[in-house]
Amino acid sequence: MSVSISIQNVVKKYDKTVIIPDLSLNIKNGEFFTLLGPSGCGKTTLLRMIAGFNSIEGGEIKFDDAVINDIPAHKRNIGMVFQNYAIFPHMTVKENVEYGLKLRKVPKDEMNKKVEDILKVVKIDTYKDRLPERLSGGQQQRVALARAIVIHPSVLLMDEPLSNLDAKLRIEMRSAIRDIQKEVGITTVYVTHDQEEALAISDRIAVMKDGVIQQVGSPKQIYTRPSNVFVSTFIGSSNLLNAKIKIESGKKYVCFDDFSVEMTNLSEDIKDNQKVIVSVRPEEFSLSDKGIKFKIKNSTFFGRYINYEILPNKDLIAGNQPYFEFTQDLGHVHDFFEADDELCLSPNPLKINVFTEDGEKSLIRDVKENE
Amino acid sequence: MNKGKFKFDFWTIVTIIIALIFAVFLIYPLFALFASSFKDPVTGSFTLNNFAKFFHKKYYYKALINSFTVTICVTALSILIGAPMAYIMNAYKVKGKGILEILIIISMLSPPFIGAYSWVLLCGRSGVVTKFFAEKLNIHLPTIYGFLGILIVLTLKLYPFIYLYVSGALKKIDVSLSEAAESLGCNPSKKVFTIVLPLILPTLLAGGLLVFMNALADFGTPMLIGEGFNVMPVLIYSEFISEVGGQANFAAAMAAIMVFITSLLFAGQKYIVNKKSFTMSSLRPMQPKEFKGMTGVFSYIFIYLIIILSIIPQATVIYTSFLNTRGSMFTSEFSLKSYRTVFSKLGQAITNTYLYGLIAIAIIVFLGMFIAYISTRKKNAVTSIIDAITMFPYIIPGSVLGITLLLAFNKKPLLLSGTFMIIVVAFVIRRLPYTLRSSAAILYQISESMEEASISLGCSPVKTFFKITAVMMLPGVFSGAILSWITVINELSASVILYTGNTRTMSVSIYTEVIRASYGTAAALSTILTLTTIISLLIFFKLSGKKEISI
Repeated sequence: MSVSISIQNVVKKYDKTVIIPDLSLNIKNGEFFTLLGPSGCGKTTLLRMIAGFNSIEGGEIKFDDAVINDIPAHKRNIGMVFQNYAIFPHMTVKENVEYGLKLRKVPKDEMNKKVEDILKVVKIDTYKDRLPERLSGGQQQRVALARAIVIHPSVLLMDEPLSNLDAKLRIEMRSAIRDIQKEVGITTVYVTHDQEEALAISDRIAVMKDGVIQQVGSPKQIYTRPSNVFVSTFIGSSNLLNAKIKIESGKKYVCFDDFSVEMTNLSEDIKDNQKVIVSVRPEEFSLSDKGIKFKIKNSTFFGRYINYEILPNKDLIAGNQPYFEFTQDLGHVHDFFEADDELCLSPNPLKINVFTEDGEKSLIRDVKENE
Repeated sequence: MNKGKFKFDFWTIVTIIIALIFAVFLIYPLFALFASSFKDPVTGSFTLNNFAKFFHKKYYYKALINSFTVTICVTALSILIGAPMAYIMNAYKVKGKGILEILIIISMLSPPFIGAYSWVLLCGRSGVVTKFFAEKLNIHLPTIYGFLGILIVLTLKLYPFIYLYVSGALKKIDVSLSEAAESLGCNPSKKVFTIVLPLILPTLLAGGLLVFMNALADFGTPMLIGEGFNVMPVLIYSEFISEVGGQANFAAAMAAIMVFITSLLFAGQKYIVNKKSFTMSSLRPMQPKEFKGMTGVFSYIFIYLIIILSIIPQATVIYTSFLNTRGSMFTSEFSLKSYRTVFSKLGQAITNTYLYGLIAIAIIVFLGMFIAYISTRKKNAVTSIIDAITMFPYIIPGSVLGITLLLAFNKKPLLLSGTFMIIVVAFVIRRLPYTLRSSAAILYQISESMEEASISLGCSPVKTFFKITAVMMLPGVFSGAILSWITVINELSASVILYTGNTRTMSVSIYTEVIRASYGTAAALSTILTLTTIISLLIFFKLSGKKEISI
């Protein structure tokens, strides 16, 4: 019943403003796929195109092999969960969940069984005769999910379903959604702007910016081997350093001012003296005798770790970051630093990422834009 | 709507049908009216003579001056009564506030001509009060007929608008604003003038303009109590009814002048409401305090006096309806004679009122819901024009609308004059806005994702409208529909022009009975009408769950 979704060269325009210029994407049957990006990047627009609430100005969207461009939303057999849940306020929990089944003329006995089952799966079976106004946000969310899943949709579409919940409930619901999705095995497209949520919940993530997909891959790939500078800074935080490539007797180095590290995983098409941007995550620095010199600007204590704002020599900073960040895991550290202390840090050559000077392309071997 | 293709869906059809309805029943008649105002009655050629005639003869332009004089006075007086009353009722604990507010709303919603006629009963030439003063005290009261009568009746009917508007605005003022003023060293009376008044001023102006428009357009009151004091609606009516050849063009010209003036006022009101209103949301509204010292005494006298005065007409009418009559005079013994007469001779007026009213309400509910939907959810050039057109009833006085419809539909193929349909059309056009506005208001609160959720579950968009959207709109639609209903059954100024022997309604009958001096039957009919109004109002309060009303 679940389908794969193939999106080929789709275009979205409102009058003359192009929201999505040309986007292609393949979502596998049964996977939990997340569209992630800053607000206004076109992720919700794309989701609503799959749902049928937005028109498609070019290209094709297919469920398995069937083009759905001209099928109206109510005939696409989708399940959708909305940001504000959109629970019908004049119907009880049970009536809400039954709604789609009734439209499909499911026999009464079968319908009751299905409703009972799904309410148990989402753990709201005790509230089935309540009106939605007497449910908490998390419970309403569960009703919305049950209502969307019970019809056995071809795809489940979720538009920022957790953004109206408080932080703790968000984490709880996030794993509930993940578990339920795995249990019923429906192809799911999930939209969020919260990168932590995306990393935690997804099989694969597409990072979007300005209507263009920046990278598609598993959470781990996207975090550890971002395909460009935007992805490396949007997912987690990254320090961007100006550097230069040096090739000496077959060995490849990146040089920061007077310090250089040997890299073994750079791609083949780099040249000697090529200017690059190196992205180093705060946890990828380690204290060492030889390294890049920094001065501590400020420190923030988080309990499990300490976050330092650090200032290097000005020329090192690529872009307009006001300072760099370095985190120390408290599990293994004894020496803490104060403001104005000076220290030497060396980046871990197995972890750091190297990009072209314009930040558009990764120079690490085998980094893929679309996995 | 894929790839810019034009799709002929349900809502396109609805939009087209509604556009056609408005074109036929509102745009075309108005156009016909304006066209005829520029026509020479004899030759049919283009002329400005109709307008010239109006501004040259004192008899005619005096009516305009009279209209303005009385309307300005009514507006000023309404503000002077309504605003302080609203402040006292909200700032202090007034005993019996709930009942007082219901009485205020009843006096607002009951037809003004009933007020006019019962003031005639009380203070007219042979009125009870007049006689009492003349015979027992030998004092001759000033005549109620003319300017004074119109002023009293309209003020007592219209100050509730100001009261309700200002009350609404006061409820939105957060108490912290007033506390801030006090903390800065402002004394209570200064606070009213430096903080409260400026904040409610836009509302006050908007309410004032509403009163102005209503007073200017009112026909029944000056007709019954105005006598020699001629005002525009009455002049238009009499020029139109007096069947001297060619008067229609002249009446049309006067109607055009009226519409021009009311359009200007309406535009002014829109401007003020849009530009000058503050968005306030109050977390802690003003808490009523106990009265201190003499303020309480004066406040109670003021409030009770005004409310008693404004409810006297209703009480008089109900009381006299149970009195026996001899000719046009009431005798002192009780009797149900008036009711017997009403049911034997005027029963048709009652059934007509309910029948036409219900038909009109059914149409109003459908149109209201559909127009609200297309103008909020399917925004395009056509739907925004429709939305704008629905404002027309605000600027077209009832008598002008009556003339307009009569001129437009008195020949084939659309021969409606003389039928009940033309009255229903007038009802629908005049009273649609109440239902439309409350439908649109509730629709703005219903998230579009509700509809999308239903569609995503496999329900077609049209079915979704009826299963989800319409159901969720019902409370708003219903409260609007009751207001429409109350104002429909009390409608006089258009129906008095459109009725014929068989299609008279209660309010028309009351009017004609009063003109014929059959005060007993008029009182009985008025009582039935008032009772219907009050019951409808109680249903409204019950359903909306609050004791407030927004006009």
